Amino acid sequence: MPRTIFERLLHELQDDVLAMGSMVEKAIYRSMDALKNRDLELAEQVINDDILINRKRFEIEEKSIQLIATQQPMASDLRIIIAVLNIIVDLERIGDHAEGVAKIVIMIGDQPPLKPLIDLPRMAEKTGSMLRRCLEAFINRDAEAARKICAEDDDVDALYNQVFRELVSFMSEDPRTITRATRLLWVAHNLERSADRVTNIGERVVYVVTGKLEDLGISKY
Amino acid sequence: MSNVAALEAKNLELWYGNFQALRGISMVIPRNQITSIIGPSGCGKSSLLRCFNRMNDLIMGSKVKGEVLFDGRNIYATGIDPTEIRYRIGMVFQKPNPFPKSIFDNAAFGPRVNGIRGNIEEIVEHALRRAALWDEVKDRLRRGAMELSGGQQQRLCIARALALEPEVILMDEPCSALDPVATIKIEDLMKSLAEDYTIVIVTHNMQQAARVSDMAAFFMMDTDRAGILVEYGTTTEIFTNPKDKRTEDYITGRFG
Repeated sequence: MPRTIFERLLHELQDDVLAMGSMVEKAIYRSMDALKNRDLELAEQVINDDILINRKRFEIEEKSIQLIATQQPMASDLRIIIAVLNIIVDLERIGDHAEGVAKIVIMIGDQPPLKPLIDLPRMAEKTGSMLRRCLEAFINRDAEAARKICAEDDDVDALYNQVFRELVSFMSEDPRTITRATRLLWVAHNLERSADRVTNIGERVVYVVTGKLEDLGISKY
Repeated sequence: MSNVAALEAKNLELWYGNFQALRGISMVIPRNQITSIIGPSGCGKSSLLRCFNRMNDLIMGSKVKGEVLFDGRNIYATGIDPTEIRYRIGMVFQKPNPFPKSIFDNAAFGPRVNGIRGNIEEIVEHALRRAALWDEVKDRLRRGAMELSGGQQQRLCIARALALEPEVILMDEPCSALDPVATIKIEDLMKSLAEDYTIVIVTHNMQQAARVSDMAAFFMMDTDRAGILVEYGTTTEIFTNPKDKRTEDYITGRFG
């Protein structure tokens, strides 16, 4: 006996999470493009679009509450809704980190670049890809994939470490670079935190599939 | 919470004539906990409950195989007095069924019939207090029990069972005839009773099982309509992460 209405609503809820995920993923890439190209207009747009991400989060939260209050979800249905409630918090925070990068882009303004950006775009690329695949794993109920994606956080951490050492050497060689280098370090930190948030989402995927709450984000930073 | 068994079914089978109502039921009911039995209509939930205090003996043509251990003894062994079993393992039914007597006489009924000595007034007061009914009826103990509301009648039936100081209380859909407020009162009462008694409840209301029980057992019908135990575990496990697909389907409302 299918529960037609409930199943449709539960489906829509997960579609909403995917939609919010792609908004956040776009914010990560756009904030990095804005940094690479010194595109202040794009940075402004990322900042403005964060309002839409936050709005989406509340919309999903309200739908989840309504499902719990009216449909008495149990077992895997309940786990899905609980996971959604957690995932949207992490997505919203990743969105804030992208907004943070965009704000740094505006702070940097037209100051001359310190160096060509290589590792920071890699961090953004990696984080965005982890996020997208993690939400795919959520939809596919693929705990194994989620675990693997969480392990990739080590790569982001390694890039972060590399960026950190490089920027510190700039600063110690030439104190005039300190302001610019520090700002780039903030960018790296925002990305590193975003990847950690993706591991939280991975934990929720594992929870949906197995019912177990596990710590998968053992980050060095 | 202790994990000592209050009751244990061992490969229990039940027939009504040629119809097998229960097959191969083995489960431990832990002491001082609330165990709920859930499952679709006709899956043998109430039949199992009645096996736990030999109420099925009263049904013509019923036949039991296997064992139900209570205090380490098989209650179906020869030489066991079913009456004694029934007052140590009390029962509360779906529809409140007080006797058409006074409130006092209802609560005093068991001790009187069983010739229990002691201060009957004290026993009645204690039972009514324990059933969370005392404050509502203390000024009208001699009034008829039928004047009480449905929820009060059900608590009176619980008091009537408690007056015999049972060890186990079996409840067969105790709230299905009650409104939500009376239902919550009974559920709160069950929680407080579990400190001193073991409770087994059959319920169609899954939310009630989730709210009130520590352990939950899911039953369903086999192909020949005999009741089987599909899954038994902690209530949290059964309602958040059941192992069996059939439990999952039932719990999530997709079958049954």
